[in-house]
Amino acid sequence: MIDSIPALMVVLPLMAGVITVFTGKGDKPWAWATAITGIVFAMSIALLAEVTAHGPVTYNFGNWPSQYGIAYTIDAMNGFVLFVVSLIAAVTTYYSRLSVKDEIPNDRLHIFYALWLLTICGLLGITITGDTFNVYVLLEISSLTLYALIAMGYRRDRRALTASLRYVILGSVGASFLLLGIGYLMMITGTLNMVDMHDRLQVLIHNDEYSRTIMVAYAFLLVGLSLKLALFPLHMWLPNAYTYAPSAVTGLVAATATKVAVYMTIRFLFGIFGRDFSFGAVESSDVLLTCAGLGVLYTGIQAARQNNVKSVLAWSSLGQIGYIVIGFSLNNENGLTGSVVHILNHALIKGGMFLALGCVAYRLGGTRLTHLKGLGRKMPWTMAAFTAGGLGLIGFPLTGGFIGKWYIGLGALDAGNWLILVVIMLGSLLAVIYVFRVVYAIYFGEAEPDSVHATEAPASMVVCTWILIGMSLVCGLWSEWSVDLAANAAKAMLAGFGGAH
Amino acid sequence: MNFIEAASDHYNYWIAVIVMMIGLYGVIAKRNIVKQAISLGLFQTGIFLLYISMAVVFTPDGKMGEAPVKHSERLAADVLSVAGPVYDNPLPHVLMLTAIVVSVSILAVALAIIVNIKRCYGTVEEDEILDIEAQGLLDGPDTKSNREKAGALV
Repeated sequence: MIDSIPALMVVLPLMAGVITVFTGKGDKPWAWATAITGIVFAMSIALLAEVTAHGPVTYNFGNWPSQYGIAYTIDAMNGFVLFVVSLIAAVTTYYSRLSVKDEIPNDRLHIFYALWLLTICGLLGITITGDTFNVYVLLEISSLTLYALIAMGYRRDRRALTASLRYVILGSVGASFLLLGIGYLMMITGTLNMVDMHDRLQVLIHNDEYSRTIMVAYAFLLVGLSLKLALFPLHMWLPNAYTYAPSAVTGLVAATATKVAVYMTIRFLFGIFGRDFSFGAVESSDVLLTCAGLGVLYTGIQAARQNNVKSVLAWSSLGQIGYIVIGFSLNNENGLTGSVVHILNHALIKGGMFLALGCVAYRLGGTRLTHLKGLGRKMPWTMAAFTAGGLGLIGFPLTGGFIGKWYIGLGALDAGNWLILVVIMLGSLLAVIYVFRVVYAIYFGEAEPDSVHATEAPASMVVCTWILIGMSLVCGLWSEWSVDLAANAAKAMLAGFGGAH
Repeated sequence: MNFIEAASDHYNYWIAVIVMMIGLYGVIAKRNIVKQAISLGLFQTGIFLLYISMAVVFTPDGKMGEAPVKHSERLAADVLSVAGPVYDNPLPHVLMLTAIVVSVSILAVALAIIVNIKRCYGTVEEDEILDIEAQGLLDGPDTKSNREKAGALV
């Protein structure tokens, strides 16, 4: 059983997603999806424990040797990301019952959950696979279903349609660049397997052969991945897509989709091209640090100007992605550890905060700043979760958000890059502004006539919100376990291909 | 001379790149969202051509590879002996079968969204859509009266 877990992680949600269409009406699709994501989460824990204890696990589909067939390889890095994705998936799926019923027409629930499970299947698949073309296919599975899920928000706000279309266009261009880059790499290495590709590329780079083709492949992959992870200035698809998607979808997407793209970037830069090429021969460090640094400042200012609180959080997500990119672009162990641990902490914080906003949308029908005024007394638990998450976004000590920023800061010190340290500080100050603008409205604003009669959200929604926010607080107080896992992952990635050999 | 020779030797790559660039230009420059979606399909078609071009195998004496299915009954023996006919690499072809399916699905999703945009906004021109959004006419759910309000504008 344990041997088949890598395959089941992807095949189970894939098959279950198709079956969801036939599960019937009412709560049945939701119950089915909850059960599946719960099983997947349990499997990811087993896999992470196995990888931590005994090193990388490889699964060859159909027992074909990895150079012919598709191999799934799990090491410290993607074992950790798998854990994050399946945790968020399990919690948001359980949360989604009432929220989705409220926002999606009742005769569409089975379609919604089919797409939902396929998105999760795609995200898990990108993370787990050791085959580059598989990455492209699963990326498209997750993206295509995500486009449809986001467009489903149009019954509440029709701008979801244009947001979704913009995501379709830019996301597909990004994925096509990825396909081109993989094509160039296959052209010169003759393989699609990541480990083999890494080995052959190192020989080619060392002998200075095909250097122009490698450079072109690198450029296409980096731009394609940057589009997918919404690195400033390639971020224009993200704010509206997050703002107008159904609440539960935003919670899932914000916490997982860009994180998986970040993982893919780390895998390509460190695992396949190798850090000597990515940060030695090409010096992409400067480009990435400039984009991410400017992004942190620009998106912080934009976040402070938004009137829809979902937009505030969406813009803030872009800033947090900036920190993660800064972390791995520093090309040292502390920086990369910070990036990996921030993948977990930011997923927990942002997922939790979007779920809290989902509670507000459930009770009030909207998430504009005016809706949140004075809610501190009406919905104390939800708003306490939102505030605790906000402190995490700022990077307040003792919260999860602090740990990642601390290690990224240490990485900047190690690299001797003071400017980046200043950017991180300024970004945190901007976060103070945009978080406290909302928190002030929550606790000191006068309630609008519409929200006078608002009451606390249903228990199941509040509990799920608090699971994520509570975990982020736990990760801030007892950071050893998450930092240890992240440091293992960082060491594996810095060593080349995930210590697979 | 060298350039022209190089260009004519690799004409299929040139065609692939030109098709790709026409598509990418359309995605960026066209203001009609249907044209953007179609351009996206064109861009991906260019990528298919690139992949299929890279599958071609040449022998050292300049002979081109044949289609793998042509001599299928002799394939097993030929793989082991160097002397037999050379086959093109079938892997990129298989990859592109998958990619074609993906590309068609993207186009389908994009067009499905565009149909809904036309229904809600009454237009498929990006400038008009942005105008309607800027005037705040789309704040609110997708109801019949709201739809007429936006539609009346165009």
